[in-house]
Amino acid sequence: MKTYDMAELAVRNLRESILRNSLTTVGISVGVASLVAMLSLGIGLQQLAGRRLQKSGLFDTVVVTSRRDLRGFNRDQEENGPSPAESPVLNEPARQKIAQLPDVLEAYPDIRFITELRYEDKPYLTMMAGLPFSAKNNDAFDGMQGTFFSSDTAPEIILQKSFAAQLLGKTPKTGGEEAGVQEVAKPLLGKQLTMRYAERTATPATDLTTKKDAQPADSESSKPVGTSYSVVSHEVSLKVVGVCDLDPDSMRGQARARVFLPLKLAQNLHVMQPSDLRDTTSMAGGAPAYTTVEVHVKSPTQVQTVENAIKKMGFNTFSIVDATRSLRQFFAVLDLFLGIFGSLALAVASIGIINTLVMAILERRREIGIMKAIGASDGDVKGLFFAEAGVMGVFGGVVGVALGWTIGRVINLGTNVYLKRQHFPPEQIWFVPWWLVIGAIAFAIVVSLLSGLYPASRAARLDPVQALRYE
Amino acid sequence: MPTRQGESSLKGSIAIRTDNVCRYYPMGETLIRAVDGISVQVASGEFVALLGTSGSGKSSLLNLIAGLDRPSSGTVVVEENDLAKFSREGLAQYRLHTVGMVFQSFNLIPSMTLLENVELPLRFAEVDRGKRAGLAMQALDRVGLSARLRHRPAELSGGEQQRASLARALINQPRFLLADEPTGNLDSQTGTEIMNFIREFNESLGMTIIMVTHERTLAERYASRMIFLADGKLVGDQSNVVSATTGQTRGGGL
Repeated sequence: MKTYDMAELAVRNLRESILRNSLTTVGISVGVASLVAMLSLGIGLQQLAGRRLQKSGLFDTVVVTSRRDLRGFNRDQEENGPSPAESPVLNEPARQKIAQLPDVLEAYPDIRFITELRYEDKPYLTMMAGLPFSAKNNDAFDGMQGTFFSSDTAPEIILQKSFAAQLLGKTPKTGGEEAGVQEVAKPLLGKQLTMRYAERTATPATDLTTKKDAQPADSESSKPVGTSYSVVSHEVSLKVVGVCDLDPDSMRGQARARVFLPLKLAQNLHVMQPSDLRDTTSMAGGAPAYTTVEVHVKSPTQVQTVENAIKKMGFNTFSIVDATRSLRQFFAVLDLFLGIFGSLALAVASIGIINTLVMAILERRREIGIMKAIGASDGDVKGLFFAEAGVMGVFGGVVGVALGWTIGRVINLGTNVYLKRQHFPPEQIWFVPWWLVIGAIAFAIVVSLLSGLYPASRAARLDPVQALRYE
Repeated sequence: MPTRQGESSLKGSIAIRTDNVCRYYPMGETLIRAVDGISVQVASGEFVALLGTSGSGKSSLLNLIAGLDRPSSGTVVVEENDLAKFSREGLAQYRLHTVGMVFQSFNLIPSMTLLENVELPLRFAEVDRGKRAGLAMQALDRVGLSARLRHRPAELSGGEQQRASLARALINQPRFLLADEPTGNLDSQTGTEIMNFIREFNESLGMTIIMVTHERTLAERYASRMIFLADGKLVGDQSNVVSATTGQTRGGGL
């Protein structure tokens, strides 16, 4: 019998006992729905975690340091690499070389310094750090008041909330809630702060007398330019454009900055870096070296290869890639368990299919006998019952996916209502990818066909003489 | 008028041959010998009546010839093909194309309309969809049921149902019609109607007919040969001279 005929006969046979077959199909639907709902939530949560991590910038970042700093994060690197004195300097050419590695989005130096900020004629000492323009999308700025820097060189700053509170003379109340970010931002946005800083200036041979010199000035003119430098005190006025709620620099621990300025601006100011002191004794060229270069990689999965490439260049590297790997592993296990629990309902439904079809064989024994007597082969009979199972699977799968999608959506809606009550931004915790839709329907069909296997072969084996005698 | 038997044995080659065929069923401790060593030959174009009391093995023999059942021993050869050598699939093809069957209880599928019932063997034979309805309508027209195409079997009289089942048996143009008590559930007038159709198939289509019945008068009126069974054994085989028009028996003898 042709497949189309089989499907047609199967559908009409199913319609003959519509109630029973509908109930069986509903069973499959519920199974598929639970599978889809579970997995869509699992996938949604995984994506949520992934988005959060992506935004945090923690897992696609490689921190590069020079071995010369003797501050490797990794003892192994220190022991097996070239000796610090022979290893390369982490300077601008090195940064450019790193930036050109495949899969690297950007590589920027970490510029941070402790300096004095004046606000309403009162000095405040704080750590400042340069922020690359790409940090705009970092989740730390999610709840920010005001705006991000207007450009990479604009004389603007963003304050961390606690520093803003300090400027306003608000000390955190013990036990009470911290001051709201809106509360501290209002009086500060648009205000000018004066930053005093020490500029590092390469010493031109002719200009020695006008600047405070950090090194003996005599005979410097005969040496290559830049082997020595001057430090000059400067002031610059900066406008507060934003106050951020979260801490963009949380990874830094003790050295974390509380005021941020555009990275290009910070570079152009040539602020004296703590590491610059080392240059006073080193044999390296005059160009300033960086303590740290942060490298952003396209995706967390490429961190390892980029890291290896940078190590080959002779630098120390550090990343927290392993966290995403274990996170992925966690979600793989979670999805597996959700899938298993979701499939349990489908397994129960498959027993329903077997039951329905075995009942149908008993009921239609005579009909099977007739079909065989007029020329149906074993294959025709088997195919017919198989097709009935398959049709129930198709309907159950389609209805189940729709149902599961709806359940996931309702859970998502409910969660967002809850999040809103708790004053959190809404989140998408549920996601139904195409492969899940197709996979779930296919799975329903496969499970149904497997369930139909036994009843179908039982029907095919029926002895026509016996079956015809059956009333 | 020449006897039909003489006619067929002259022109008809051996179409069906059973050779010491047996069919035993175990029933509890005992063995039922439903068919117990029957050897019989049927020429092509014959109209054979299998006669015997209930339990004489006539239906069992018919099932063996129909390929619905396999013998415990002995052989059934149809058109030079030993049915024992057919696979299950081969037997299904044989039932589909070589023989057509009608039953006492009509055996139409209740959930299908007459048209669908008659069309069913065409589906098994994988005839194109486009041709099927036409062929089925033609077959139903032949038995006078053109007006009943969309009816379900339960909506029809017994005679109409049996006519539909005749149409179904003919749809794949088999060379043999095997009928198991075709008039058993019908009143005598409707029975005659059915028998006239069967005779017509025998005469105009040249089909070989084997009909199981326990009504000797019916056999005498229509069959060209009568085979008597008792307790699974052949107890008589006689030709029968039938007047096609009157249905009167003229003679016989083994």
